[in-house]
Amino acid sequence: VEGASVAGDGRDVLSRPSLARLPDRALKLALTLLSALILALIVYFFVRLVGEARPAFTHAGVFGFTFDNDWNVNADRFGALPLLLGTLITSALALLIGVPIALATALYTAELAPARARAPLTVLVELLAAVPSVVYGLWGIFFLAPKLRGTEQWIADRLSWVPFVGGGTVTIPNYFVAGLILAIMILPIVSAISREVIATVPADHKEAALGLGATRWEMIRTAVLPYCRAGIVGGAMLGLGRAIGETIAVTIVIGDAPQLGSHLFGQGYSLAAVIANEFGEAQGLHRSALFAAGLVLFILTLLVNGLARGLVRRASRGTAGGSALPTSGAGAMAAAAASA
Amino acid sequence: MSAGAGRHPLARFAVSPRRRRTDRIARGLILAATLIALVPLALIVYYLLHKGLGAWSGNFFSTDPTGNTFFANSDIGGVKSAILGTCEIVALAAAIAIPVGIGVAVWLIEYGRSGRFANAVRFFVDVLTGVPSIVFGLFIYIVLIVGTGSSYAGYKGSLALALLMLPIVIRSCEVVLLLVPSGLRESALALGSPRWRMIFRIVLPTALPGIVTGVLLAIARAAGETAPLLFTAGVTHVTSSDLGGFMNSLPVQIYNDIISPTPRVEQRAWGTALALVSMILLLNLLARALSRRSRLA
Repeated sequence: VEGASVAGDGRDVLSRPSLARLPDRALKLALTLLSALILALIVYFFVRLVGEARPAFTHAGVFGFTFDNDWNVNADRFGALPLLLGTLITSALALLIGVPIALATALYTAELAPARARAPLTVLVELLAAVPSVVYGLWGIFFLAPKLRGTEQWIADRLSWVPFVGGGTVTIPNYFVAGLILAIMILPIVSAISREVIATVPADHKEAALGLGATRWEMIRTAVLPYCRAGIVGGAMLGLGRAIGETIAVTIVIGDAPQLGSHLFGQGYSLAAVIANEFGEAQGLHRSALFAAGLVLFILTLLVNGLARGLVRRASRGTAGGSALPTSGAGAMAAAAASA
Repeated sequence: MSAGAGRHPLARFAVSPRRRRTDRIARGLILAATLIALVPLALIVYYLLHKGLGAWSGNFFSTDPTGNTFFANSDIGGVKSAILGTCEIVALAAAIAIPVGIGVAVWLIEYGRSGRFANAVRFFVDVLTGVPSIVFGLFIYIVLIVGTGSSYAGYKGSLALALLMLPIVIRSCEVVLLLVPSGLRESALALGSPRWRMIFRIVLPTALPGIVTGVLLAIARAAGETAPLLFTAGVTHVTSSDLGGFMNSLPVQIYNDIISPTPRVEQRAWGTALALVSMILLLNLLARALSRRSRLA
């Protein structure tokens, strides 16, 4: 019986001749190599970046470079603390302003809005992601910053007793405007991810809450929010990663003061902005310091994004059943595009 | 409700006024925040149209920027070189990123699946997703400008943008390929089709509309990027079809107009921004229309 299924050259009659299997093997090999290439490329870039940044790190020490509050190009002193803090201040502001609003939009479109308004609202919020960074910068510096100046000065005068917020003279480009622009820029991604996560809340949970007599808000508070807390935090952190790495808009509206600004409404600098601004004419050690700033930025976004991805992945896998939940293709794609 | 409540048999189940008020306030706040989220979009669109349309005069699209921005009455020129430059740079970037991105996505879904190596690739794609766009510019600068000792060039900008597009293409393709029913794959294999033919004849055509959507979103994203082009494609005024030389682009020209503003240069920046946003919006709408027609998503 076995002999009947074996062809003359010894192979199984149902299997392909080895020549016909060639394209399959070739395709698999080519695609595997392509994927391996991506890995290799990233590692190569990282190693080269570290290599280019090394002179600055040996000059000031890794710790000194990152945490010295002294960025003076003319004196060859490169301590990136004012830049790092500028990045953190503006990103924190962006989260503080952007996340509540993004969460509210997600809740409204997913739970409260009339069915007919949901799709248009979603599209409108996602359009914010389509506006290029440089256009936010343009709008921020020529419209938003001058218009806000009076209000900012009023706040600074009223809150003059609050350290870092009040007291100073408001300049047109400043930390606060940069944070506000960043808040607008991270809105679509935080909102898209929150909406995705909110969509995974089982209808049973919501109906159970409503069936027990909860109002809509109580349903949101007791059934929806606890279920997707991890996912929302993850979405906010993806927004944080976005805010930390944002370059051009921040460069335009933060000013270019290479020391730590004395107050919220004063000029500052950020890691990304210093690269965009100074790289063009940088030489030698200065250029190496800018590469080092890029490296710090890279590692910072890596940490934030890694943590965020873990949270979002865990959340969209579902906390209750542990089974993989099907997500809508278009939504997931929009989220992927927005998060990239 | 409170006056007649006592009489109705179900009245004791009614929501108390305090809870009702909390509900109203919370829903009101959520609605208000949603409306606030739309304010910047409305303002940006309004100002783009208001200031940008004024700049779209006769030869705005047909002349190169002259660079004579210092004197108030000199001719500052238009955006021709920037528009063509953006098209060329982004086209080359797409030509690199799309085949590679689709290839990696196909490998992840059809071959790698959830093996250890595939998950490592997914992790690195996630890493790429989070890399700030200016760092892509630094990567290309180190390898192709420091490394070769040559100067800025259009194709180097394209490579930086291709790196930026890659994770978007891979991610969106992976999502769509996952949606292709495995019954289709199994039918093809059961009928004796080799794997490569199943991929090219069954899987990719089924997923095509979704793939196109993802690709268009990636192109739209890359077209608006400034930071990766600043130190790779450089700045120039003249129209050029040589991707080996300096090349102008819309975002970089806007950036340069912002940092050296006289009122007329500022106006040109608004006009250029309007042109750029229109282009990107068109790509986005196209992507959306296609994804609605897709049978998968």
